[in-house]
Amino acid sequence: MRPAGRSETDSLYFNYPRFESPVQATRDATQQTPVAIVGAGPIGMTAALALAKEGVRSVIFDNKATFNDGSRAICVARPSFYILEQLGAVAPFLDKALGWTTGRTFYRGKQILEFHMPDSDTEKYRPMYNLQQQYIEQFLWQSINETELIEARWQSEVTRVEDNDSSASVTVRDASGEYTIDATWVLACDGAHSPVRKMRGHRLAGENFEGRYVIADVQMDHDYPTIRRALFDPACRPGGTMLIHKQPDNIWRIDYQLKDDESTDDALREDTVRESVTRLLDELHYTGTWELEWWSVYTANTLALDDYRDGRVFFVGDSAHIVPIFGVRGLNNGLADAANIGWKLGWVLNGNANEALLDSYTPERRGATLDVFANASKSARFMTPNTHGWKLMRDAALSLALTHPFAGELANPRQMTAFTYSESPAVLADDSSFSSGPAVGALMPEVKLDDGFLSDRLGHGFTVLCFSSGLAEELQASAPATVSVVSLPHQSPVADVFAAEQGTAYLLRPDMHIAARWLKATAHDVVDGFTAITAGYTAYKRQRD
Amino acid sequence: MGQPHKKAKHMNHTDLETTYESLALKIDQIGEKNSELFLAKLVLLLAHANGNVEHVQQLIKEAGASFSDERG
Repeated sequence: MRPAGRSETDSLYFNYPRFESPVQATRDATQQTPVAIVGAGPIGMTAALALAKEGVRSVIFDNKATFNDGSRAICVARPSFYILEQLGAVAPFLDKALGWTTGRTFYRGKQILEFHMPDSDTEKYRPMYNLQQQYIEQFLWQSINETELIEARWQSEVTRVEDNDSSASVTVRDASGEYTIDATWVLACDGAHSPVRKMRGHRLAGENFEGRYVIADVQMDHDYPTIRRALFDPACRPGGTMLIHKQPDNIWRIDYQLKDDESTDDALREDTVRESVTRLLDELHYTGTWELEWWSVYTANTLALDDYRDGRVFFVGDSAHIVPIFGVRGLNNGLADAANIGWKLGWVLNGNANEALLDSYTPERRGATLDVFANASKSARFMTPNTHGWKLMRDAALSLALTHPFAGELANPRQMTAFTYSESPAVLADDSSFSSGPAVGALMPEVKLDDGFLSDRLGHGFTVLCFSSGLAEELQASAPATVSVVSLPHQSPVADVFAAEQGTAYLLRPDMHIAARWLKATAHDVVDGFTAITAGYTAYKRQRD
Repeated sequence: MGQPHKKAKHMNHTDLETTYESLALKIDQIGEKNSELFLAKLVLLLAHANGNVEHVQQLIKEAGASFSDERG
């Protein structure tokens, strides 16, 4: 919502483009597409770019005429920056987003905790960046405009998705009328209220936390670094919790919980929001001018689909799961979904992988969601305790933290890390000869090399890291063209990170997750492992177990 | 995990009585409204000082046993 007199897209700092409905003759020229993507938000656009990276065409449909009306999801985590990098889209993000590592927690105006997320100069990206969702969409859109493989149809509402034998028939309504397009696969990236989910008769299941929050953006010259501030029981909102985040363009995100007796309608009135902001700024001793930019309300939920796939349709992002925002996993989890289904579908459509590879999408990404639930529910119970017991212990921890730092650690939100796909059918069983190093299924750890970072050396498809020049030479001769070979010294800092000996090999998937590792590898092991994963031979995996 | 509890050293009667009395006096001084919060803080402090999660879990169970009995 925006202040009286301003339209939904009348922003203080962002110029919203307007996208027209497709020209009838142009859209009628394409009646078939390998992939139809419903929703041109960050998840749909990322999925389209991930497919384009594999050379696969797609058509995106969105019923809106422009980007998201407000800043909404503002925290982009390190693993998401790797996704953006792989899609060739990271440059404008690095240029605009505000990186941060530190959070401060206050109880009744006194600081009880300062936490630092893991970071060092051996990392390419910061643990977290703040950037408004419209910028996220705009930057992804810039990349989409650079490829001919993606066709976007705005003001186009998908009204029906029906499976046929080997494709799906997608019905779309736009200004010129209704038409159908035939798609081999459909990605439902249409958000928390997913119309496709409803059309297909699915419901999200799980726990429903009742916490309601108002998020409001204010533009002001406030002198404070990019540090997440959490205020528990502040004087301006007794008993409540507030979060403050800095965004680019002098925009500050204020986030506060509503009490049970506060009605959502009242809380969303402009004068109520203004009063809450004024009281907070007084407490922060900010005396300058400010302007209200945008506000909205959300509830903290943990809900997910049991299966992210229904026939020809994959559910991606919020259409498949809704998570509480504490720990910023909604957008980041969705981007990981999009990158995951993107490379797999791309490889299947290109004939480089068997369709069985797609069966790993739900276990990997639903597994990640359940992991998020466990962590985010913990944060939510601390931020918004919903029973007497949780509230009492939370208050005891906060009160004790004023004098005892150990109790303040209970307020550490433990921000997101990438999920480890150890149980997935798209990785091999781990080699038990390793006593340390990153496990199978984990995201590859970054390592600083003399001339840059390890991630700079990864290939377009799979990559095998060889800690033996002989093995590397053998693989260069025998591995398929879709596997890049990187030779690394077996006595070096990078070998230490991977717990590697002479002859160790790590096979990485296109999404940088570790597909397999061998303490002593042969070229045959690596080629065989690659074939097993791309062919979807889960039987092979069981044999190894 | 898996480590046997160190045999806890118990307080002698005089020390326990002193503790009992200071708790009663403190709870009265703090008042009924905040005594629950005070006790929760104290438990976190004692648990942190105790350092043995299995021992603390066992004590939580023991202290709660009579309540679950009463509720049937």
